[in-house]
Amino acid sequence: MTATEVEVRQLPYVMAFNEAVRQCMREDENIFCAGEDIGAFGGVFGTFGGLQKEFGERRVVDTPISEQAIVGLGVGAAVMGLRPIVDLMFMDFMCVAMDQIVNQAAKLKYMFGGTARIPLTITCGGGAGLSAAAQHSQSLEALLCHIPGLKVVVPSSPYDMKGLMVSCIREDNPTVMVKHKRMLGVSGPVPEELYAIPLGVANIVRPGTDVTVVAYGRMVSEAMLAAEQLAEEGVECEIVDPRTLQPLDSATIVASARKTNRVVVVHEAVRFGGIGAEIAAQIQEEAFDYLDAPVGRIGAPFSPVPFSPVLEAIYIPNAARIADGIRATFGRPARSV
Amino acid sequence: MELTDDTLRDLHRRMVRIRLFEEAAGRLAEANKLPGFLHLYVGEEAVAAGVCVALTDEDQITSTHRGHGHLVAKGGDFNRMMAELMAKSTGYCKGKGGSMHISDLELGMLGANGIVGAGTPIAVGAGFANKYRDNGKVAAAFFGDGATNIGAFHEAANMACALKLPVVFVCENNEYGEFTPRHKTMAITDIVDRAVGYGMPSVMVDGMDAVAVYEAAVEAVARARAGAGPSLIEAKTYRYYNHHGVQNLGLKYRPDAEVERWKERDAINGIQARMAEAGVMTPDQAEAVWAEIRADIDAAIKFADESPTPDPSMLLVDVYSQNVEAL
Repeated sequence: MTATEVEVRQLPYVMAFNEAVRQCMREDENIFCAGEDIGAFGGVFGTFGGLQKEFGERRVVDTPISEQAIVGLGVGAAVMGLRPIVDLMFMDFMCVAMDQIVNQAAKLKYMFGGTARIPLTITCGGGAGLSAAAQHSQSLEALLCHIPGLKVVVPSSPYDMKGLMVSCIREDNPTVMVKHKRMLGVSGPVPEELYAIPLGVANIVRPGTDVTVVAYGRMVSEAMLAAEQLAEEGVECEIVDPRTLQPLDSATIVASARKTNRVVVVHEAVRFGGIGAEIAAQIQEEAFDYLDAPVGRIGAPFSPVPFSPVLEAIYIPNAARIADGIRATFGRPARSV
Repeated sequence: MELTDDTLRDLHRRMVRIRLFEEAAGRLAEANKLPGFLHLYVGEEAVAAGVCVALTDEDQITSTHRGHGHLVAKGGDFNRMMAELMAKSTGYCKGKGGSMHISDLELGMLGANGIVGAGTPIAVGAGFANKYRDNGKVAAAFFGDGATNIGAFHEAANMACALKLPVVFVCENNEYGEFTPRHKTMAITDIVDRAVGYGMPSVMVDGMDAVAVYEAAVEAVARARAGAGPSLIEAKTYRYYNHHGVQNLGLKYRPDAEVERWKERDAINGIQARMAEAGVMTPDQAEAVWAEIRADIDAAIKFADESPTPDPSMLLVDVYSQNVEAL
């Protein structure tokens, strides 16, 4: 580790989010936050902790449990030129607000002939692993990616969380920021100064030569573990984290596929109809002649997220399953049972 | 507030503008000159006019799928409206929104809306922005009786009251949710009964009387502007034409006698009689207003007719905003 790396402060994912919001709010009076329990309580996961204390009840607003009205509040305020951050607590709850997200936020600009700007950030906690069962554990990002007008952001590290959240807030379009609930306590290097990571630019988390693994959110760390196993078997994985699913940095993914000739796409969401299917389709369109194996897809089985820790552990893709998926692209047998 | 002669003339003018625009749109639809759906506001003019005269140009409104009347009442431009209905590039939405998404943000008209009830949370957001900026502006949400059966309305009404926002909820109770009479879809007769559940003051007015609507709106707007929170106005009104379009689609879901009873109480006839009696506007002067607006409509139809359709290159434009500030 070099001296510069040592000096970079370590911050948990949750505080990287919090710091992005805090620093942006300090520099732009048009930013406000609204959601359930985000004020005095600081949000159910502490994501908004201390913000009301610093910015007051005017700018950090506790709302009723009314997801449609929470997002509608954001849409209306955004049309009027404010820069709202509205929190839906759990990603599952966005289903309650789907009209405001899909039919209003995403479409007003286009329907109004371009006159509207919707600088709205919708934040929510996604992902399984807390035995929170079927209504508090979903990864529903594919639903959002299907809607023209929305941007969908899925950070995989504290560093990315801060930089991507800053971009979400500054973005003039509705964005959905998905905070993975099991990553909230994960720490990593996060610069203290305000910085932005542009939306739509993938990150090559681990360079490699033999196979491309496309993974995002918490699956990046599982893919990294899988890559370590494969390295011992003489396979060097290149891990590409798209960081945002809409817009999707297809160019980086395709370039990596053309280089390594093998691809496995990984997500925690249900495999059927997941964003991995879109990525696999794009790769076969753009890199068919470069492929030495069919594009592999790792995702959750076609079932609601189970409550039982035993079943949930089977349900969520992990490093062992990713490693087997990678081995399959080389025609090698699975090792996990 | 004293009701001035100018206010009466203003109410009348806005109503005639709505009536003539909508009648013209109906004729164009029957001639197959308008693509898509058309929900006409004819009959309900007093509500849009009464509320919008009580608002300033800087106040905001959200509208419904039956939204032309709201935009006209807020000062909408006939040319751009007619062009939009004809899906022309010179329209308010450049031909990409149509009747159900017609809007003019510069006039504070935050859009007709194809989803019943969906405008109400957006009005709450606009009201929030007004309070946040302490700018003294008010947001009014128009919606129908049917919209009060949908969750968005209840969430919006409750949140506006909980946060004490400058919002006026305006229910156009025209007695039918699309083709189904109100009594089949709710157990109450009056929408104002809902207001108590939110701790919101409410008033029921004759929606065929523009002055009554105006006076109720003045009070509600003043309350909102003063920081005293939202109000609900229920205007009992009626649409003369079908839910969609002009023809009845062969459905006899309303007795003819009922339609005729409401037409006898026509809001424009009412205000003209009132102004004639008070010596504010003679029948001849009223006719001159109609003639002038008819000419504007004819010009708008000509403008729209002669306008180009959207260039195919516009298909993918404005799906996203390009950020003004560089990251």
